[in-house]
Amino acid sequence: MLSKRFGKTAIGTLAGAMLMAAAACGGSGGGTTASTAPSSGAASEAPQEGALKVGLAFDVGGRGDKSFNDAAYAGLEKAKTDLKAEIKELSPAGDGSNRGDLLRQLADAGYNPIIGVGFAYGEDIKKAATEYPEIQFAVVDSASNAPNVTGLLFAEEQGSYLAGVAAATKAKSGHVGFVGGVENDLIKKFEAGFVAGVKSVKKDAKIDIKYLTPDGDFSGFKAPDKGKVAAEKMFQDGAEIVYHASGDSGLGVFQAAAAAKKKAIGVDSDQRLTVKEADLQSVIMTSMIKRVDVGVFEFIKAFQGGAKGGSNVTYDLKVDGVGLATTGGEVDDIKTEIDAAREKIVSGEIQVPSKP
Amino acid sequence: MPAGLYRALLTLAGAVVAIVLAIAISSVAILAAGANPGDAFAAFFNFGETTRAVVNSITTMLNRAVPLFIAGLAVAVGFRMNLFNIGVEGQYRLAAVVAAFVGSTFVAPAWVQIPVIIVVAAAVGGLYALIPAVMKVGRGVNEVISTIMLNYIAINLAAFLVRGPFVGPRPAGQLTISTPQLPESAWFPNLNFIFEMFGLPAPRGGGLWGFLVVAILLGIGLWIVLERTRFGFDIKASGLNASAALASGVNPKKMVISAMVLSGAIAGLIGLPEILGSTHAYNTNFTPGLGFLGIAVALLGRNKPAGIAIAALLFAFLDRAQGPLQFANVPPSVIVIMQGVIVLLVVIFNEITSRMALRSEERRAARRLGTDKPVEVAA
Repeated sequence: MLSKRFGKTAIGTLAGAMLMAAAACGGSGGGTTASTAPSSGAASEAPQEGALKVGLAFDVGGRGDKSFNDAAYAGLEKAKTDLKAEIKELSPAGDGSNRGDLLRQLADAGYNPIIGVGFAYGEDIKKAATEYPEIQFAVVDSASNAPNVTGLLFAEEQGSYLAGVAAATKAKSGHVGFVGGVENDLIKKFEAGFVAGVKSVKKDAKIDIKYLTPDGDFSGFKAPDKGKVAAEKMFQDGAEIVYHASGDSGLGVFQAAAAAKKKAIGVDSDQRLTVKEADLQSVIMTSMIKRVDVGVFEFIKAFQGGAKGGSNVTYDLKVDGVGLATTGGEVDDIKTEIDAAREKIVSGEIQVPSKP
Repeated sequence: MPAGLYRALLTLAGAVVAIVLAIAISSVAILAAGANPGDAFAAFFNFGETTRAVVNSITTMLNRAVPLFIAGLAVAVGFRMNLFNIGVEGQYRLAAVVAAFVGSTFVAPAWVQIPVIIVVAAAVGGLYALIPAVMKVGRGVNEVISTIMLNYIAINLAAFLVRGPFVGPRPAGQLTISTPQLPESAWFPNLNFIFEMFGLPAPRGGGLWGFLVVAILLGIGLWIVLERTRFGFDIKASGLNASAALASGVNPKKMVISAMVLSGAIAGLIGLPEILGSTHAYNTNFTPGLGFLGIAVALLGRNKPAGIAIAALLFAFLDRAQGPLQFANVPPSVIVIMQGVIVLLVVIFNEITSRMALRSEERRAARRLGTDKPVEVAA
């Protein structure tokens, strides 16, 4: 009986799906005929003169993450108001299977330049860039890998150095901690800068370092529970301030800090402003800001000025590509120390290591 | 009206009502999200402005349908005998990483190398599915529980393999981790000539994946095995009534093991279209979740290869609209809502129509009994 039912229902499904499929064919057929006549495929080839059309593709998670992606969007919006650009931003499917398709859809719709947010776009941008050599691409957090790709990189180690200076100056016992999301080259830059900053203030400082997941396992950026456990351990061991570079896992670090009545340092955006929970805002002493918005906006501006890709642009302290947040006023009393360190880095007197 | 025609009309009506209702419910969801349902449905059928964009869109849709179809087949083999292989997810990811690595370790002519990779993937998937099968046969462990648990092991094992023993060279400044690139002899030839035959431009990206042909052959082969062989009949019989099958000489233990291994072997192929067709390596951006989507596709396709093909195309058609929906300022999460609603409604309406058909048949039989002379049964 069950098989009979399966058979019958299969027919039902078949018929229903065929309806949808038939409709789909009709739609695509119509689109073909309508578009072949005037443009015959050439529209996407010619770069649009005059009008600036900027496309941006987010990584999984998309807009509304109150951090990385939203910062990129802020840069895009600035291009809209300041440069009168027409903008379009797309988010990929939850499984990230269509990153390349999004880039192609933007390119086919005449967008130029196109920006991929996040290192996951590295490979897809490379492919799209060879397919659309007339379009300029940029990728955030990944190096340039084609003549028409600009790598938008950040000197995270310099901002982290300042965070280290702030932490070491504030921590009376000289015991601080660092929680990294994923142990890859990117997050190691945060660690290297932070450690150098702490040691510049207190040579004998004790620094607990913990990575949530090994390289290649990106769940460490989305695991507040693991972040909480790691930070709890550090606070129990006597750490006074914990700096995190772990994406969404940072929420767990803040929770642990609130429970232990200690302090934490946020990352990427001014997290004292972006964290929703009021009781967690007060534990965020400062944040190492990575101005993805500056990077995105400056890239668009440079494109307008005729800049071509093929190289990397690093946004550092000198151009305020990275920095330290002052919201809440908790680091106002050590402003002189921070500014001194900043000036030394900008002048080149201090070379911050980017590898631990 | 003949009973067969009545039943066919009934199921057709059920499907139509299900689709109309699905569109209505999705419209409410789109309205609630603050967008215009008209724009949304237009976006689903908006395949692009230029010929090249249309070709790209069709390719995107077909390329998405191929792994979904294979995933649906893998799940369906188990479902046919009431075996719930929830472990397709783990089986295909483990198979993909091993096959990608094995394929990168040697160079051979394409007609040798590609089949070797396919066989390795099927073997890994099948062997991994053997674990829950043996546990079920030997100790009576429920395969739902064991396959779900084995998923975690497989996913983490695959993540470990790609960053540990199987890791390949990484270009400077890139953070994505990947197995070594496959030599060109392992790249599956694409089917772009089909577009060129019609005078259309070739699609961009990896093009139309040649694995589509393998998937179609797999579907036909599986149909033959399930519908036209003794083995397929045994599977069906074990699924319908295990004790009756046992009484008529079907060894249920053997059936559990062979069905589970076949399901796992097919699952092993899910990742290959992507690896052989476009990425040419297993990397940290490898598409996850296809095993779970396969369950929905198999349900929608009612465990028949043809039905699964249509279900996979429908899912791919909806998934393709991710970009166009956002161009039309409609939240793309509408896609997932529509997929869920369609699966749910089709299952419900299938149940309703089959019950209606059953009842009418019973009535017909009762009328017959009323008029015909009862058969005398000797005591």
